[in-house]
Amino acid sequence: MLWNALLLALREIRRNVLRSFLTILGIVIGVAAVIVMVTLGGGATAQVTEQISSLGTNLLMVRPGQRMAFGQMSAAKQFDMADVEAIERHISSVLAVAPASSSPITAVYGNRNWSTSVNGVDNRYFPVRNWSLAKGREFTDSELRAGSSVCILGETVRRELFGSQDSLGAKLRLKKLSCEVIGVLESKGQSTMGSDQDDLVLMPLRAFQRRIAGNRDIGLIQVSVRDGVSTEQVKQKIEEHLRIRRHIAANEDDDFQVLDMKEIAQMLAGTTQVLTALLSAVAAVSLLVGGIGIMNIMLVSVTERTREIGIRLAIGALEREVLLQFLVEAVVLSSFGGLIGIALALGASVLLADLMQIPFVFNPGIVVLAFMFSAAVGVIFGYFPARKAARLDPIEALRHE
Amino acid sequence: MPDSAPPLKPALIELAAVTKVYGSGEAAMQALRGIDLRIEAGDFVAVMGPSGSGKSTCLNILGCLDTPSAGSYRFEGVEVGALTRDQRAELRRHYLGFVFQGFNLLNRTSALENVELPLLYRGVPVAERHRLARRALDAVGLSGWEGHTPGELSGGQQQRVAIARAIVTEPDVLFADEPTGNLDTARSKEIMELLTVFNREQGITIVMVTHEADMAAYARRIVRFVDGQVDSDLRAGEST
Ligand SMILES: Nc1ncnc2c1ncn2[C@@H]1O[C@H](COP(=O)(O)OP(=O)(O)OP(=O)(O)O)[C@@H](O)[C@H]1O
Ligand SMILES: [Mg+2]
Repeated sequence: MLWNALLLALREIRRNVLRSFLTILGIVIGVAAVIVMVTLGGGATAQVTEQISSLGTNLLMVRPGQRMAFGQMSAAKQFDMADVEAIERHISSVLAVAPASSSPITAVYGNRNWSTSVNGVDNRYFPVRNWSLAKGREFTDSELRAGSSVCILGETVRRELFGSQDSLGAKLRLKKLSCEVIGVLESKGQSTMGSDQDDLVLMPLRAFQRRIAGNRDIGLIQVSVRDGVSTEQVKQKIEEHLRIRRHIAANEDDDFQVLDMKEIAQMLAGTTQVLTALLSAVAAVSLLVGGIGIMNIMLVSVTERTREIGIRLAIGALEREVLLQFLVEAVVLSSFGGLIGIALALGASVLLADLMQIPFVFNPGIVVLAFMFSAAVGVIFGYFPARKAARLDPIEALRHE
Repeated sequence: MPDSAPPLKPALIELAAVTKVYGSGEAAMQALRGIDLRIEAGDFVAVMGPSGSGKSTCLNILGCLDTPSAGSYRFEGVEVGALTRDQRAELRRHYLGFVFQGFNLLNRTSALENVELPLLYRGVPVAERHRLARRALDAVGLSGWEGHTPGELSGGQQQRVAIARAIVTEPDVLFADEPTGNLDTARSKEIMELLTVFNREQGITIVMVTHEADMAAYARRIVRFVDGQVDSDLRAGEST
């Protein structure tokens, strides 16, 4: 009986291909939307998780000033080299302390120029931020000590200024400073926030302070913590220590900030998940709307086929047999919608993931769930029209024109 | 008089004081006004009467498609009015064949599939279904037309498909509502001869509504309806 109902349903759908397609469009879009949202959301979350390790899991960032509303930082005294040394000396469990200072700058090479940021760093910057070199070398001790005019380029800066040309040994201009390229960083791609991590120039901290900034300030101290040590504890110790060094009274707020990258990454991942859930809920609503579309068309179909139903009933079909026929038709319709939606979603997810540079994380659970849901939509919204068909009076139905 | 003696065994069909009212209140329309009718197994009954006299209404009740408003209908001793919808459907499916006024075939569906329909609901396996349906189509002279849809068949052919559909299950009783209504005399005679053969050779009880005296002449008994009541009930050979 079920098999016959299935055959009948397929035939009925084939007879009205266009209408059937339009009917299931809502389901198609709903299913596709849910899967795309969950897949991309999963990809984004996976990316955030991966970036926790790409940043260095145990990384603390110490910055002067406090974050105020709208992302601005309050002005406060900058750090200097003495602060860096103090942290190195007094805080145990610290693996490396990397000072850095940066400013926006326009890099010029030949007739090309590129707006980027220049960062004064030393070699500790590389392990702390998990950078490795694609080409060239790190700074030498004498370059760092002397503040030589040498620089290492991020992949984006290299591409924009040099294209296919060789960059090593070339001299580019940063403000009035002529600077020799000694290395190129391995590409890291976009960060979770969408900023390009490869858009930067590195130079010896001393060279930056003297030739670019014209001061001895340090804008950022990055601290990597030993594995197995709580970053939370180290963060607290650094805060206590800096409060003393900066003479902050007990009733005053910190005029600096220690960011735990792990915490931030977890928070970001959490935000991504909430966003995914919200978008998926919106998508699920469109599934519901799709279900109503199916109910509508099934009701029309029952009215159109009243005579057919009358004939079937008159010939001896039981109520439940007619009910099954129309229910199966609705479920087949919505399942088709589900299948098309799944195919569409997988295609779109692969494409979008590529476009947004996030990994494509195939989630079989959500695919199965979306399919079951679409079938369930068929059952739920097909039941009322099917019952209407099954309850028709055979005589009345036969007289129907 | 032998006729008034109570029968020992219940007749196949017994209608007692059956009435049928359509609508209610002001708009109420009394289609049947107390019908008493007994039909024995194996009989061939023609129901005649003017248009609107309640022939189709009565046939629908006999065919268990409809129920009386009042009165009793017993089919093989079973009170049909007391059955549920599904029980009546089972009764139709297993014992009754129906040729509707107007053919009532499924459009866009081949003759073969139309004839197979009652077998489908009986749960007959597909190969057997094909075989029986072909045999029934053959019996009504339509072999070779199996694949044609009603739209591709003439009125007479459609009527014969409808008859094939009604007899394919080898029912106990065949109800036919003006089976020759839209046909010319030659075609009508063919169909009447077909029904006569079913009645004689397979012992199928036939109750047939017709307007035409020529067609009624094939029956063994003619019941005449007037205004929702039985006006006359004659055996073949008896005169009015
Ligand atoms: N479903 C219905 N609702 C309301 N009135 C009905 C219905 N079916 C039949 N009637 C009425 O009952 C009366 C008897 O109808 P019926 O169809 O039995 O007549 P008939 O003898 O078969 O006529 P014909 O020879 O024209 O087919 C008619 O007056 C008709 O209008
Ligand atoms: Mg009639």
